[in-house]
Amino acid sequence: MYSTKYIKPNSTSEALEAIKSMGEGKFLAGGMTLIPTLKQRLASPDGLVDISGCDLDSISDEGDTIKIGAMTKHASVAESGLVNEAIPALAKLADGIGDRQVRNRGTLGGSVANNDPSACYPSAVLALKAIVHTNTRSIEADEFFTGMFETALEENEIIEAISFSKPTKANYVKFPNPASRYAMVGVFVAQFNDGVRVAVTGAGEGGVFRHAEMEAALSSNYNADALSALEISSDGLISDLHASPEYRANLIKEMTKRAVV
Amino acid sequence: MTEVTKIDGIGSSVRRTEDKKFLTGKGRYTDDINRPGQVQAYFLRSDVAHAEIKSIDTKAAQSAPGVVGVFTGSDIAADKVGGPICGWVVPCRDGSSTKEPPHPLLAQGKVRFVGDAVAVVVAETMEQAKSAAELIDVDYNELTPVVDFVNADEGAQIHEEVPNNCYFDWELGDESATNKAIESAAKVVKLSVRNNRLVPNAMEPRSALAEYDSLDESYTLHTTSQNPHLTRLVLAAFMFAIPESKLRVIAPDVGGGFGSKIYVYIEEAVCVWASKKIGRPVKWTADRTQAFLTDCHGRDHVNDVQLALDENNKIIGLRVDTVCNLGAYLSAFSVVVPTILHGTLLSGQYDIPAIYTNVKGMATNTVNVDAYRGAGRPEATYLLERTMETAAKEVGMDPAEFRRINFIPKDAFPYQTQVALQYDIGDYEPHLDKAMEMIDYSNFEKRRAEAAKRGMYRGIGMSSYIEACGLAPSAVVGALGGRVGQWESASVRVNPTGTISVFTGSHSHGQGHATTFAQIVADKLGIPMENVEVIHGDTDKTPFGMGSYGSRSLASGGSAISKAVDKIINKSKKIAAHLLEASEDDIDFKDGKFVVGGTDKEKAFGEIALAAYVPHNYPLETLEPGLEENAFYDPTNFVFPSGTHIAEVEIDPATGVVEVVDWAACDDFGNLVNPMIVEGQVHGGIAQGIGQALLEDAHYDENGQLLTASYMDYCMPRADDLPSFKVGYTNTPCTHNDLGVKGCGEAGAIASPPALINAVIDALSPLGVTDMSMPATPQKVWKAIQESQSVAAE
Amino acid sequence: MGEISLKLNGKLETKDVADNTLLIDFIREHVGLTGTHVGCDTSQCGACVIHLDGVSVKACTMLAKQAEGSEIVTIEGLADGDELHPMQQAFHENHGLQCGFCTPGMVMSAVEMVTKNKNISEDEIRKGLEGNICRCTGYHNIVQSVKAGAAKMGG
Repeated sequence: MYSTKYIKPNSTSEALEAIKSMGEGKFLAGGMTLIPTLKQRLASPDGLVDISGCDLDSISDEGDTIKIGAMTKHASVAESGLVNEAIPALAKLADGIGDRQVRNRGTLGGSVANNDPSACYPSAVLALKAIVHTNTRSIEADEFFTGMFETALEENEIIEAISFSKPTKANYVKFPNPASRYAMVGVFVAQFNDGVRVAVTGAGEGGVFRHAEMEAALSSNYNADALSALEISSDGLISDLHASPEYRANLIKEMTKRAVV
Repeated sequence: MTEVTKIDGIGSSVRRTEDKKFLTGKGRYTDDINRPGQVQAYFLRSDVAHAEIKSIDTKAAQSAPGVVGVFTGSDIAADKVGGPICGWVVPCRDGSSTKEPPHPLLAQGKVRFVGDAVAVVVAETMEQAKSAAELIDVDYNELTPVVDFVNADEGAQIHEEVPNNCYFDWELGDESATNKAIESAAKVVKLSVRNNRLVPNAMEPRSALAEYDSLDESYTLHTTSQNPHLTRLVLAAFMFAIPESKLRVIAPDVGGGFGSKIYVYIEEAVCVWASKKIGRPVKWTADRTQAFLTDCHGRDHVNDVQLALDENNKIIGLRVDTVCNLGAYLSAFSVVVPTILHGTLLSGQYDIPAIYTNVKGMATNTVNVDAYRGAGRPEATYLLERTMETAAKEVGMDPAEFRRINFIPKDAFPYQTQVALQYDIGDYEPHLDKAMEMIDYSNFEKRRAEAAKRGMYRGIGMSSYIEACGLAPSAVVGALGGRVGQWESASVRVNPTGTISVFTGSHSHGQGHATTFAQIVADKLGIPMENVEVIHGDTDKTPFGMGSYGSRSLASGGSAISKAVDKIINKSKKIAAHLLEASEDDIDFKDGKFVVGGTDKEKAFGEIALAAYVPHNYPLETLEPGLEENAFYDPTNFVFPSGTHIAEVEIDPATGVVEVVDWAACDDFGNLVNPMIVEGQVHGGIAQGIGQALLEDAHYDENGQLLTASYMDYCMPRADDLPSFKVGYTNTPCTHNDLGVKGCGEAGAIASPPALINAVIDALSPLGVTDMSMPATPQKVWKAIQESQSVAAE
Repeated sequence: MGEISLKLNGKLETKDVADNTLLIDFIREHVGLTGTHVGCDTSQCGACVIHLDGVSVKACTMLAKQAEGSEIVTIEGLADGDELHPMQQAFHENHGLQCGFCTPGMVMSAVEMVTKNKNISEDEIRKGLEGNICRCTGYHNIVQSVKAGAAKMGG
């Protein structure tokens, strides 16, 4: 790791000041992606601003939504009574991210801000009509993810919390990459009164995406059979050692079927 | 799991004496050791697969913060330091020998694989060394890389000394008799298989710490080695031309090897060299990426098989044409693995009257390929057991029955195969029967039907393997091109109080020698195991030894210990005879006591030990004082473990996921010293075999870049990939060592891949699938199902 | 550079470290406790697992500075004097280790897993060990060890 400076402020405003004082600074959340990146010398920030002391790790019931602080660890979401009660699919997703050590350190905000194409959380954000609250604004999920590793976040903008809408029904099913165990395909299906949302992670060249045809099919009939006749296009799907676009297309359909129960 | 027992002797599952240090964090691996004033070495490695080096500019690096030295191939050449050597060569069909190109410690003029070391930076800290390495400017003239080993003869020549990129073209067996058998056969079963390339991945990455003592001009090297004496021999005699006494090699606790830590690698040699150059201890520890790029890989064969059957489905001939990838340079055992350790195993457990094999070893711009758990024998077993299963299906026989009628009958031992080996003993039907019973083979079709109701394809597959291990009779090794002896040494020192120090030339890196070897001594001397200490891994302490690989530790190392203990007993009898005023012939040794036959006169072993060191009443005129004996054991033959493994799988057709739902292993390892440890070895071997069959694949792209260079892409077996295993045994004790033992370390990795692939194909057979390559990844299996369905639709 | 202070196996450690020092290097190099190992660069092998404020984490994927003020337990701090922790004892009795390199991380993961789930099933154990890679044992005896350890820990 290149030499760098480490600062741990006590509030988001202090964090913003700190990062502005650096040439090129990076926010450090759980560090599950950033630290390995730094270890391999793939980045050389002047400084790291650790936002774990900024009081961003609460979970609250806001009526129609569950609001989760950006620095809430995956393990805390998985174990949260509130989340398990209101959106068990979200708790299940959190409980399947990485391994137990990753879940003990990794955070919601870190995962979402990075928008790794094979991360689990972005699918929940998209499917659960989440609102991403930053220090300056609130961003709707559909506007938030803008491409692989790309988001609507601007420079020096911190995610403070994310509000997830409570669905009538939801589920997340993932097919892990056999080596890395990241999602090779992960599908979050959420049913609301006004329709079904299906978000797919791990598969798209542009990162997480919603699947319009499956949403339409499931909105009219929330049943795995409703998907049987659908042809899932492999256009725009990732091709790598472990899965071709065609195989990923198959997994998208199959994981979605398994999610609809 | 076997029960805890209080008896320490041979055959009991004594809990390991070495465990406590590892369980409390007190293990001492090379990277745990630090020396005052030590500096860190970092190797700048080629990021291109094949190129001429036009120039290397290290000026900026030399003056970077913390740097104490930057060296390149020209510095090594100036000091006339040699490179790693090949320990075993074979003759070629055209009468020439194996082509042995030089392997410089740091690249000289050319780089030949991604990871080839171009320069070394030595600095106060690893971070400083890495930063300085980034300042080195290497100007390459890139050449076309050779990656596809099957067609490597058509690629750009990698070494001047290796025309057509072919290191050797070797053959074994009777070609004309075999071809005749094939021509006259009632049926010829043909199969082409690929043995996928694997990365050994011992969990402890390689590491070296070298220190030079200018006072007596000697070196000490701590290193991650399976055979410290061989490391010393190669470094001293072939690289540095110094007396061996001036180099002490210590392999402390070593975190797994699986073959990858047999060889002398360039990094440890450079550390030794640099420690004198710089005058400070030099340490290097690989990170996992370097391990992927530079540890010798394993396997990487393609085999074309023809199996000739008569009208009764008896095998009458076998021809195997093999091409294998040996990578950029010839590593120590790279040549013997695909030839002697592969071709000689092709008879398997079967009575085959004519066998011929040809093996071409190719050079490519990939890292060296050498021994990995099983080394040649998994490849032989894979092609043979895949072919046996295919043949059984083609002739419409039950695979077990087809094997049974072709087994070498139990009264045919010793059995001379047509590929050089003579099996001393074996009995193959009992382990086949027992494995079938363990997995409830006869009710399999019910389970298949039940799975089908759930939409799952269930399959069963077996593999009856043999291996030749316990390396090895030195004269045979020499006749076959080996350049070392393959005996093993032991020194047994009885201390004055009757406690025992056992010094072994063998090396433990997970196998539990401290326990197993102590059991042998305790059993033979009738003393408690706590009184026996086993010392290994230090060339200044132990006798010259050959180390641990090829499942040789117990059969060769254990036999050496047994022999040394016999000498102790013989001498003790003389001492006892004197003390008991009896004739030596009348002394019986039993339960740790020397007794005058037919009397109650006796001396305990401890009393004899004391008398030997305090020889006040002692036959000094005819017997030396002291009680310490050496033994060098050179086996008269290989040992031949055998067994049958049966795998049962379920395949989800929607995803192609193969789940291993059951596993039965029944092995004949001869006598077992510690069944608990043996079972652990079997488990570990099976896991690596399942890894090969379902998960692992080292993949280079066409530019010679290793795409699977981390655990993000190289699929290591994890706990939830594997089932629990049923393990059982049969026993035909080895006829030519005193302990009656064979070897157990590699069996699981040898037996399991064909059993598993056979099961996968069996599961998919209702769909018409007849072949599957390793690893059978979900994507590959899914694709095979899709293709079979589209064929069915047409 | 800057001072950090934390409790390591019950003992207060205060040291000057560079900001980019990893927690694993702090433990191994600065304090000299070498029982915690490094087996990969991508946070997957789990040889470096320790307990940080009661939960298992990978010490290779944290800066030492991030652990300021925390309580850390490493494999060296698990036994009670000469008496092995029940999980250590279970690994010994069930031959849950061979070369020993992954063992410290395995044991630390196992202890946390069982602490949270005393009646842990075999499937849960296998799933729970996702972040720990062993190349020697085939996991069979590790799973048996964790089961036995769970029973000893009051499951």
